[in-house]
Amino acid sequence: MREQKGILGNIDWVMVGMYTMLVFMGWLNIYSAVYNENHKSILDFSQSYGKQLIWIASSALLAVFIMAIDPKFFSQFAFGIYGFFLFMLLVVLVSGKTTYGSKSWFEIGGFGLQPSEFAKFATNLALAKFLSSNDIHIKEQKTKLYAILILLIPALLILLQNDTGSAIVFVVFILVLYREGLSGNILIFGLIIGVLFVLALLVNQFILSGIVLALALIFIFFIRKNRRGIITISVFLVLTIGFIFVVDYSFNHILQDHQRERINVLLGKEIDLKGAGYNVNQSKIAIGSGGFIGKGFLNGTQTKFNFVPEQSTDFIFCTVGEEWGFIGSLVVVGLMMGLLIRIIFVAERQRSPFSRIYGYGVASILFMHIMVNIGMALGLLPVIGIPLPFFSYGGSSLWSFTILLFIFIKQDSYRLNLL
Amino acid sequence: MKTTYNSRKYVVITIFLVVGFIFIARLFFLQIIDNSYVLSANKNALRFVTNYPARGLIYDRNNKLLVYNEAVYDLMVVPRQVKTFDTTELCNLVGITKEDLIFKLQKAREYSPYAASIFEKQISKENYGYLQEKLYKYNGFYVQSRTLRKYPLSIAGHALGYIGEVGNEVTDSYYKPGDYIGMSGLEKYYEPILRGKKGSKILMVDVFNREKGSFHNGIYDTVAIAGEALHSTLDADIQAYGELLMKNKIGSIVAIEPSSGEILSMVSSPTYDPNLLVGRVRGVNYNLLLKDPSKPLFDRALMAVYPPGSIFKIIQSLIALEEGVITERSAFPCDKSLLGCHNHPNATDLKSAIKMSCNPYFYQVFRRVIQHGLANDRFQDSELGLNLWNDKALSFGLGQRLNVDIPNLKKGRIPDALYYDKIYGHRGWAFSTIYSLSIGQGEMGIIPLQMANIAAIFANRGYYYTPHFVKSIGNNKTINPEFLKKNLTKVSDKYFQVVADAMYEVVNEPGGTASQARIDSIIVCGKTGTAQNPHGEDHSIFIAFAPRVNPKIAIAVYIENAGFGGVWAAPIASLIIEKYLTKRIKRKDLEERMLNAKLSSKH
Repeated sequence: MREQKGILGNIDWVMVGMYTMLVFMGWLNIYSAVYNENHKSILDFSQSYGKQLIWIASSALLAVFIMAIDPKFFSQFAFGIYGFFLFMLLVVLVSGKTTYGSKSWFEIGGFGLQPSEFAKFATNLALAKFLSSNDIHIKEQKTKLYAILILLIPALLILLQNDTGSAIVFVVFILVLYREGLSGNILIFGLIIGVLFVLALLVNQFILSGIVLALALIFIFFIRKNRRGIITISVFLVLTIGFIFVVDYSFNHILQDHQRERINVLLGKEIDLKGAGYNVNQSKIAIGSGGFIGKGFLNGTQTKFNFVPEQSTDFIFCTVGEEWGFIGSLVVVGLMMGLLIRIIFVAERQRSPFSRIYGYGVASILFMHIMVNIGMALGLLPVIGIPLPFFSYGGSSLWSFTILLFIFIKQDSYRLNLL
Repeated sequence: MKTTYNSRKYVVITIFLVVGFIFIARLFFLQIIDNSYVLSANKNALRFVTNYPARGLIYDRNNKLLVYNEAVYDLMVVPRQVKTFDTTELCNLVGITKEDLIFKLQKAREYSPYAASIFEKQISKENYGYLQEKLYKYNGFYVQSRTLRKYPLSIAGHALGYIGEVGNEVTDSYYKPGDYIGMSGLEKYYEPILRGKKGSKILMVDVFNREKGSFHNGIYDTVAIAGEALHSTLDADIQAYGELLMKNKIGSIVAIEPSSGEILSMVSSPTYDPNLLVGRVRGVNYNLLLKDPSKPLFDRALMAVYPPGSIFKIIQSLIALEEGVITERSAFPCDKSLLGCHNHPNATDLKSAIKMSCNPYFYQVFRRVIQHGLANDRFQDSELGLNLWNDKALSFGLGQRLNVDIPNLKKGRIPDALYYDKIYGHRGWAFSTIYSLSIGQGEMGIIPLQMANIAAIFANRGYYYTPHFVKSIGNNKTINPEFLKKNLTKVSDKYFQVVADAMYEVVNEPGGTASQARIDSIIVCGKTGTAQNPHGEDHSIFIAFAPRVNPKIAIAVYIENAGFGGVWAAPIASLIIEKYLTKRIKRKDLEERMLNAKLSSKH
């Protein structure tokens, strides 16, 4: 009795409240996005909004279930859960259903399940378990190697399913590693890589190499007395120019056509509003036409008349933008950011490294999804089909985000019981 | 050791917040700064449909319908919204070939990929039924209902005019390409009244271009306001009868109600069925009519400038009386050395001269008018005399564009001194140069409408109302006040009676030139004319008014190359008078002869 009361009392209701609000708002927006005149009831289970209610209810059950489990279960069975979902990723490669070119679905009685969604929390568990082990020091090469392996295996399996979007999410664990002591250079390095990548695509590779060479020569001129410095810069120079050419080559020869087009559209090199650029253009139109206060619930013309494809899933943010305007978008972005920051603060108050690392993982995964999804809807990032947490229609994603978050809430509620 | 990384949470939070702020900045830009997305959204989801108003109807003076509207449907296309579709099926539905389809789509795309243009015009009600059922399959296509003009009586094509698609020369922004506009006749003159006011409707369409109801429950929609009806002055019966009588004859009939200036009938022959210039058949028919050597599209009543011939003698008489150079008792011998004439006794007074239409008599009359004795030099004298004459002649509505409510009518020509100066040089001409004017020949030209107006002036004994085609517009009974204004001639009223009496004698007394125009029950007063022309036989002319007292109708009949005025023009005029005043024709033989006459092939 006493213990149970303790659990409820220690639950972080701020996170639960934010979660609930986001899920509820998501549901309303799904209703609007797929609103069907003939099935006006939001409880009509033949429609996506009715189905989403089933997902919401089952997610609530899942959350309650997680809260009831012994908190040690997840840390103890972290690798087991990880292994199980790696296995599922293999199985889906063999017997999965192909939708939109990705072989990532199990179909069970009319409902689809996507193991890649669940692989995220499983990986997060495994990484947290691994990094929180007693004899682990992140500065050691071996630790880095294992950590990267834990991330790389599911990412590669998902890549094999041809689901690039979900695979890219695993990059975000860099933030977790950084928090746990990985050199900060990794972030700066990542930034430089990112900038170089975009420049390599925008500028002719020979011109860009020339500019880099000129910059390097200027540096060398200033530190000409420092032989080691000159060598370091020279090595960097060679690597950078190599990178530029590799990017150019991979972009033109390795990426698939649709991926190349999406990036070209984003960079403004290709304007094809009927083809590759259609989604993003329609998305921007829907959001942009929302104005300050929006067109009102169920009054978005772009939303209602299906001008934006995939609007209940990948482009759900368009509905927010069009019907609720700048104000509504601000609320949603604000809530999402609020949740992320709350998770970070809660993670930092954990006594157990496992809980803290797991918490950072939760925030990072959510962050990656939010950034890529909204960034895509706003035309800031290329079209990558990953769901907006708690918002997008779909059972697998709602379940997996719920599990992801509630394991953390559960861990947190037990933080005082740990010594 | 591990706690040292505690502060790294701020780096992570900063990364989160930077992304959050980028989103908010971007949202601010998209939703608040940049307005173009609203326009794009409207372009996506809203379709602006024009509601075309029904064009105003046109009635005759007895409320018989002359023009009404019939619904047809235009298939519109917005090229940008077109997606792949079953071309064969659409071709079959619309009744065009695949090449046509490709060409039409290309043309629409060239006009504008975003704006709607007409893909196929004027689809009949039957085809529209089939098309409407299948239309959902064709993204970017929709149907707009339009109306076509219909003419139940098939008469008065020239007066009513026709409508056609606006061309590039129309700069009024009210019209969009493909809209219809009055191109001639009353349709053109009364365009702003007949067209009504277009309405517009904003419909919402989904991504498949299916209609999804009206935008904001239609608060931005405007209703089309139908054009107002014109109640014309035309009398359908005598218009139709006139057209019938003029069959196989080239020329014109104009009838006016003298007491109001209302035009009862305006026939230009050959004429055409106005229904030919409507709808999809219009182009072909228009070209056929255009190529026809007898020029059916040419409105002779308004555009043909003819020599008036002897009918002008009644005006010469009045001018001479007014100037005091003759009296009604003046007598001149029929001296054929001056001007050719037919055989008749010498005119002993003005009335008998008019009755017999004596050419030498009017040579003398006109000589006195021109050589007034105002100057010793005969050239100067002629110049002064001609200008005095011209001034008075113009007051009969001649040599000027009458302010009739119809576009494109000619002025005609009444020469003045300046005119001859240009030809012969200043003082290079005298009466001897211009004496043909005395009998309505030479350099003067008059349109048939003006001739009918002359008849009206004599009916009124000295004034006329500007001839017009419309009695009232819509329910509004008032008409242009211009049409209520009496136009006085520059000849005193007192001189008219004697000439009107002479016109009575022309028809009703033995020796008159128009005895064939006599009707037992009605006293017709008139004057014949037989105009020489360089293109062939003389033109047969007759103007008249009836009854003698309180005249109800003034008429001019002009038949090209038909010969003597009393033989063709006078009987036809009298038949119309009889028809108009008694509603039936007693003189069946005469009617028969006139109907059967083929005078158009004489030249």
